[in-house]
Amino acid sequence: MNRRIDIALTVNGERVARSVDTRLHLVDFLRTELGLTGAHTACEHGVCGACTVRVDGEPVRGCLVLAASLDGAVVETIEGLSDSGEIRDLQEAFVARNAAQCGYCTPGMLVTAADILTQAPNASREEIREHISGNYCRCTGYQAIVDAVEDTLKARRTREAVR
Amino acid sequence: MKWPAMGYARVESLDELWRVLDAAGPEAQILAGGQSLLATLSFRLSEPSGLVDITRIAALRGVSVAGSILRIGALTRHADLGRDPLVAAHAPILAAAAPLIAHPAIRNRGTIGGSLALADPAAELPACVVALDATIVIASKGGERRVPATDFFQGLFSTDLQPGEIIAAVEVPMATPASRQTIVEVTRRSGDYAMAGLAAVLSMQANGQVEAARLVYFGVGSGAEIARGASAALAGRRLDGTSIAAAKAALADDLDPPGDLHGGPELKRHLARVLTGRALSSFLAPAEQAA
Repeated sequence: MNRRIDIALTVNGERVARSVDTRLHLVDFLRTELGLTGAHTACEHGVCGACTVRVDGEPVRGCLVLAASLDGAVVETIEGLSDSGEIRDLQEAFVARNAAQCGYCTPGMLVTAADILTQAPNASREEIREHISGNYCRCTGYQAIVDAVEDTLKARRTREAVR
Repeated sequence: MKWPAMGYARVESLDELWRVLDAAGPEAQILAGGQSLLATLSFRLSEPSGLVDITRIAALRGVSVAGSILRIGALTRHADLGRDPLVAAHAPILAAAAPLIAHPAIRNRGTIGGSLALADPAAELPACVVALDATIVIASKGGERRVPATDFFQGLFSTDLQPGEIIAAVEVPMATPASRQTIVEVTRRSGDYAMAGLAAVLSMQANGQVEAARLVYFGVGSGAEIARGASAALAGRRLDGTSIAAAKAALADDLDPPGDLHGGPELKRHLARVLTGRALSSFLAPAEQAA
């Protein structure tokens, strides 16, 4: 079996082709091969959620996905979500609520929270807590994070109602 | 920790899989969602010579109904189980189990086939398929064979799967109007492995009597544990406070839980009794639940 493999994929809207070591996980691929350092490596066994990115439109643990398996995939990182403006309101709410303390968990929190905004626009505080329960914040800033996500959901619902 | 150096091959069909497995030898492992396997690589608990990625094999995908059987392809992800209308209609316990498995990002990758092949004693899906009396469809170069879930699981992380075999699908007898299904668990944190859990499948008669019951506990032994005494304590009796108490009492002979990081055997037994009450009470009419 091969120890290197060629892959071609789309990252934040740009076509990327690389030959990768088969032991490389997605987060290290993004950080070392592409210089996209928004997704963080932390526990590297799927517990903490700091590495959360999107693959084919859905959040995944970047440390539990082989880069080699992603030929043809569409990957979006926090850089892509920021540049597109998709979560600008969520990011502004994080700032307003001081929901980013040391900031290490923030990219993963935002990718996970962005999923609630589309999947469960009527999510309650309980449901927000449940949805982000796989993301660790070592500063224990959860209260402010839940506040920020709740503010964003409410603001989006209000905008929808006005429209 | 970084993963060990290893090979990788991606296959597109079952025929290609058998060829690659033959060439790769017994040290290679099958990679589906990878949500447990890749974590064990990080801990260096396993060091396969290579991973054979089966996620692009179309024959392992999809959920379908044939006669009174719901067939769930091995690559069906936990997230799919949670939102598939056929699963919700015909195997509601699997739809209910999905949100209990880890977290959204992990449910987007982890598969039912992977969870069953791993046979983690604290995992939800092995207990569900045993409670459902499902059949595991196993494929190899030589063709398919079918094994009842009760025989498939053989102990701690141990199954009937032989080298060169993979799980192709799970076949579940479809729920009827007489079916009652639920899954409950106690965890330290939402999404963690269960300290104790129960998958309960009952068949009820029109007069309110239990025709048959399968109470399967997880996180309290070396695998999905059928509580034969507690299940028998319900059969042929009206489901009410008295029969539920009898089932709870019978657990003392059914379960012999090992202690773990969370606590000793008596804590696990206590949790199993509490879960039994919660699960079975959920099948009662609201007025009886309050009583």
